[in-house]
Amino acid sequence: MTPVAVDATQIATVIRGQEVSALAVVASSLARIASYNQSLNCFTTVMADSALAAAKQIDQALANGQNPGPLAGVPFAVKNLFDVEGLPTLAGSKINGSRPPARQDATAVAALKQAGAILIGTLNMDEYAYGFVTENAHYGVTHNPHNFSRVAGGSSGGSAAAVAAGLVPLTLGSDTNGSIRVPAALCGVFGFKPTYGRLSRAGTALFSSSFDHIGPFATSVRDIATVFDLLQGADPRDPVCTHRPPEPCLPHLDQGIGGLRIAIAADYFAQNAAPEALAVVEQVAQALRVTRQVTLPESHRARAAAFLITTSEGANLHLADLKTRPQDFDPATRDRFLAGALTPSSWYLQAQRFRSWYRDQVREIFQTVDVILAPTTPFSAPAIGQDKILINGTEMAPRAQLGWFTQPLSFIGLPVLSVPIHRPNDLPLGVQLIAAPYNEALILRVAAVLEAQGIVSAPVVTPEVL
Amino acid sequence: MPDPLRYVEQMTELLGLPLSPEYQPGVVENFTKLAAIADLIMDFPLPEDIEIAPVFQP
Repeated sequence: MTPVAVDATQIATVIRGQEVSALAVVASSLARIASYNQSLNCFTTVMADSALAAAKQIDQALANGQNPGPLAGVPFAVKNLFDVEGLPTLAGSKINGSRPPARQDATAVAALKQAGAILIGTLNMDEYAYGFVTENAHYGVTHNPHNFSRVAGGSSGGSAAAVAAGLVPLTLGSDTNGSIRVPAALCGVFGFKPTYGRLSRAGTALFSSSFDHIGPFATSVRDIATVFDLLQGADPRDPVCTHRPPEPCLPHLDQGIGGLRIAIAADYFAQNAAPEALAVVEQVAQALRVTRQVTLPESHRARAAAFLITTSEGANLHLADLKTRPQDFDPATRDRFLAGALTPSSWYLQAQRFRSWYRDQVREIFQTVDVILAPTTPFSAPAIGQDKILINGTEMAPRAQLGWFTQPLSFIGLPVLSVPIHRPNDLPLGVQLIAAPYNEALILRVAAVLEAQGIVSAPVVTPEVL
Repeated sequence: MPDPLRYVEQMTELLGLPLSPEYQPGVVENFTKLAAIADLIMDFPLPEDIEIAPVFQP
């Protein structure tokens, strides 16, 4: 029997009502981490002392009649590319481990703490976010809580697996080509990548600035909306962060989907996928009574352009280290970074110009549709170390192929929520709910309807310890 | 791609990016893949008035 997920909203409610103490909740989270993290390998740092001290402060504030905030006492953790004051920001690398500790928290970490949430620790990822599997040569593999022999997905693998296993109800990750959505789908939790520039990335290690986003993982739609609303707002520390005023989504969650135009992404978004990955899209479409299809033209070129821009920008960020200490990189990223450093400028610039072209095409499509459905990944979690997968009789490399459906969308900064579909006696899969830029509220309304229908859910799994 | 090995050798020299013989085959393999990916972009005609969208605010 799978326990029902207790989401962050519910935890904050009972803490604020002083039915349960923040200290007890944090102690319970730490105990679950102690039981399972050795097998799962989600956390790279656990900050037990500071978390327990913060919990006592929350309890004291409540005893004094103060309001500690909407996430009072909620344990959370972040991908280890977020700055946490006092810790070196690893970004999954050995190289960054010898750097000085961060002097202040990332903007998003500070915002969640300000809302009463309690930071429990930092989470494993692919080195410098360059991967979809979280098989990290320095810090080990993060295992999928549903089946330890499978990957958690990446690059925010620790963030997804920690929520799926109920170690913490809330985490943050980053998404450049799919790094929130892919692990969310493979681990069976909600993972949200808002519009490019909507949330501040200040105090996070960049990978490819043209596409870098941050966002939350959680077990309920209301938690995703709560965190998204808390993290909105301009930030002079991130030059990409929007100056648009925040547009709270939580108050609109129950508005339903009457009048919304929803369609299924066809062609590219129905190719190179296992039948079950398309079946879950159909399941969501049927629940929403959607049959219309739309085509996002030249999406295979969008993915190609995303590859070129990512590898060029990523390699340039790490060029000094690639020159002087290539042996300290993860072998899984090193040769790709080295090759990316050699990219001719014409390829990079043409890819950037193609990005504008593709954005214009997709803008046109959003004149007649509000939300688009697509698979998140082409298949469920591959085995750890698996280097070949057969899809419709064609052999493919699972590591790169995991981003097939996510890359063209982050390429033009569209907001996307991956919603989890749990299948009896099988691994979970995800469906992407995609909207036009800044229309996050529409996505979350659709997700709330699916959640109320029981089509999407993120039940916490209790892993069988190895 | 006519000769990725020669390109990799010359470009790494130009960039001052010394490549140990141990890494060279992997880098050539990855660059060859990139070249095939780049074909998809370079083969696609774009109008001259399509410009990149830099986020640079003076």
